[in-house]
Amino acid sequence: MLLEAAGISKIFGKLTALDGAALTVGENEFHGLIGPNGSGKSTLMKCIAGAEVPTQGKVSFVNTDITAFTPTERARAGMSLKFQITSVLPTLTLYDNILLALQAQSSLLDLVFSRTRSALHDQVMTMLMQFRLADRAFDPAAALSHGQQQWLEIAMALAGKPKLLLLDEPTGGMSLEERRVTGELLQPIKQHCSLVIVEHDLDFIRDICDRLTVLDQGKVLASGTVSEIQANKSVQEIYLRRA
Amino acid sequence: MPKSMGAVKQAIPAEIGGEADVAMGSSGTAVQAAAGRKILPIVEGVVLVAALVAPLVLQDYLTVFATRVIILALFALSFDLVWGYAGIMSFGQALFFGSAGYGVALLARDLDITNIFLVLPAGTLIGLTFSLLLGGFLLLGRHPSSVIFVSLGTLTGSYAADRLARGWYYLGGQNGIPSISSMTLGGYEFSEGPAFYYLVLGILIVVYLLCRFLVRSQFGLALAGLRENEQRIAFFGYKVQHLKAIIFAIGGAIAGLAGSLYAFHEGFVWPNMVGVVVSTQVVLYVLFGGSGTLIGAVIGTVIVEGVSFWLSDNYRDIWPIILGLLLLLVILFRPLGLISFVLGERERVGSFGAKAKESVKEKRNAP
Repeated sequence: MLLEAAGISKIFGKLTALDGAALTVGENEFHGLIGPNGSGKSTLMKCIAGAEVPTQGKVSFVNTDITAFTPTERARAGMSLKFQITSVLPTLTLYDNILLALQAQSSLLDLVFSRTRSALHDQVMTMLMQFRLADRAFDPAAALSHGQQQWLEIAMALAGKPKLLLLDEPTGGMSLEERRVTGELLQPIKQHCSLVIVEHDLDFIRDICDRLTVLDQGKVLASGTVSEIQANKSVQEIYLRRA
Repeated sequence: MPKSMGAVKQAIPAEIGGEADVAMGSSGTAVQAAAGRKILPIVEGVVLVAALVAPLVLQDYLTVFATRVIILALFALSFDLVWGYAGIMSFGQALFFGSAGYGVALLARDLDITNIFLVLPAGTLIGLTFSLLLGGFLLLGRHPSSVIFVSLGTLTGSYAADRLARGWYYLGGQNGIPSISSMTLGGYEFSEGPAFYYLVLGILIVVYLLCRFLVRSQFGLALAGLRENEQRIAFFGYKVQHLKAIIFAIGGAIAGLAGSLYAFHEGFVWPNMVGVVVSTQVVLYVLFGGSGTLIGAVIGTVIVEGVSFWLSDNYRDIWPIILGLLLLLVILFRPLGLISFVLGERERVGSFGAKAKESVKEKRNAP
């Protein structure tokens, strides 16, 4: 298994956000994390990515216990996160945003003497083209539409060639057309990368994911293939019926 | 209406509305588009020419004053790297400036070492060592340290050094170390005047060019990311704490170089030089001129020191109040400093991409 999170609890003061949640993701698997508002999806993502430290539980990634790893160490191990709130660097150009992500693991001397600058140029342009942003390469990221910023952010998250990409609500605030394109943009990465995706749009998640995990009140309600989950009675009761 | 008129019209409201400017710098793009060229090299060129001819037109006592200003500008450069580029709020930059000053003063007093090729590297090394120690302690935790922690830590360091210097008999206590002998090069003695001025200016130019090279390299892009969103770039895999400690140490080394020049130029060192007052002064230079531009730090130093000099001559009693108000006004209405009157946000942040220049040109030439 690529990622195994087991018995994850997270308590904020008196609030128990996660209560023994678990998540298992295989290689080249697209895994959807769904559940009602406040069920702990984002918190679980943050515990996996290292943005939050779980109160209890263990996260292993490529057979290594990474529970105590910092975000930097997790990134270097091959894990990447797209935040729920877009956090592209607004004053930098799109090109520089991607370059910044691509050069993250270059050595200090390479950075100071800009040794990787021209070597990374083709990769930057390829990523921008792949995410349909090439014609805006030298505009500041702040000039993009919300949907385009999300794409830029996904491109940045993919720049380091991660083994696992965590996407927190990638289609939030997108139009229907933008959602469709997002789905298209994500498909090709399956060849080299697994995906955990938190999303409210169930149609989107059904189309793209292989397996689903349903969270409710910080616990796993069900986990299985898309059809298994769709057939699951208790899931239908708490979630699908309402949706 | 011709296009350029539109650009000018756009520029005017942005000049007045300081805050909109901070957000995205619409004025910059408009001004730049109107001018059709880069502003920064022009500003740098003008400052350079002014600095080169200054001793030729200034009276002798003003050349001495100008030398002091150039040394302080070098010091300001160190703070601009640390704050303007890496986003580390150091309220103790004088610690490195002053301790290097004391260090070379002791070398001159106790060991009779005044050779320029020994004292300047020694001062730089002292600044580097102290900033490595303090930076290691404040910045190299397992998790990135908060801005408050770092600013209070540096402030405390500077304050403690000030108290230490005041109380320590060996360092001359309250009076500091007076009448330091001149810096020498073989038989030549650097005394106040044009020679010292051009020496200091030469050093400033070299350090400035090195800093400029650094902040425009890919390392500079990492710094831009650090300043804009430290957490985000940690998630890319950047060793954020290392980046900060490195730039803090470089800043400390430059401050040390400036401090040793200052000690020899003034001929004495005293506890204020390591203390909070000088630490704050350098913050003001950089905020006033405009942080994150390098040249803004130099301009800020020249203007703050120049205005203080003129005010103290003409308004003997109330000049600090006038200066204080002036600084407040600038910080309130031009949070990006005086340089933001001519320099837009886009150019200040800059482009780091390999082919950025060509493509931008192509775009501009396109109909």
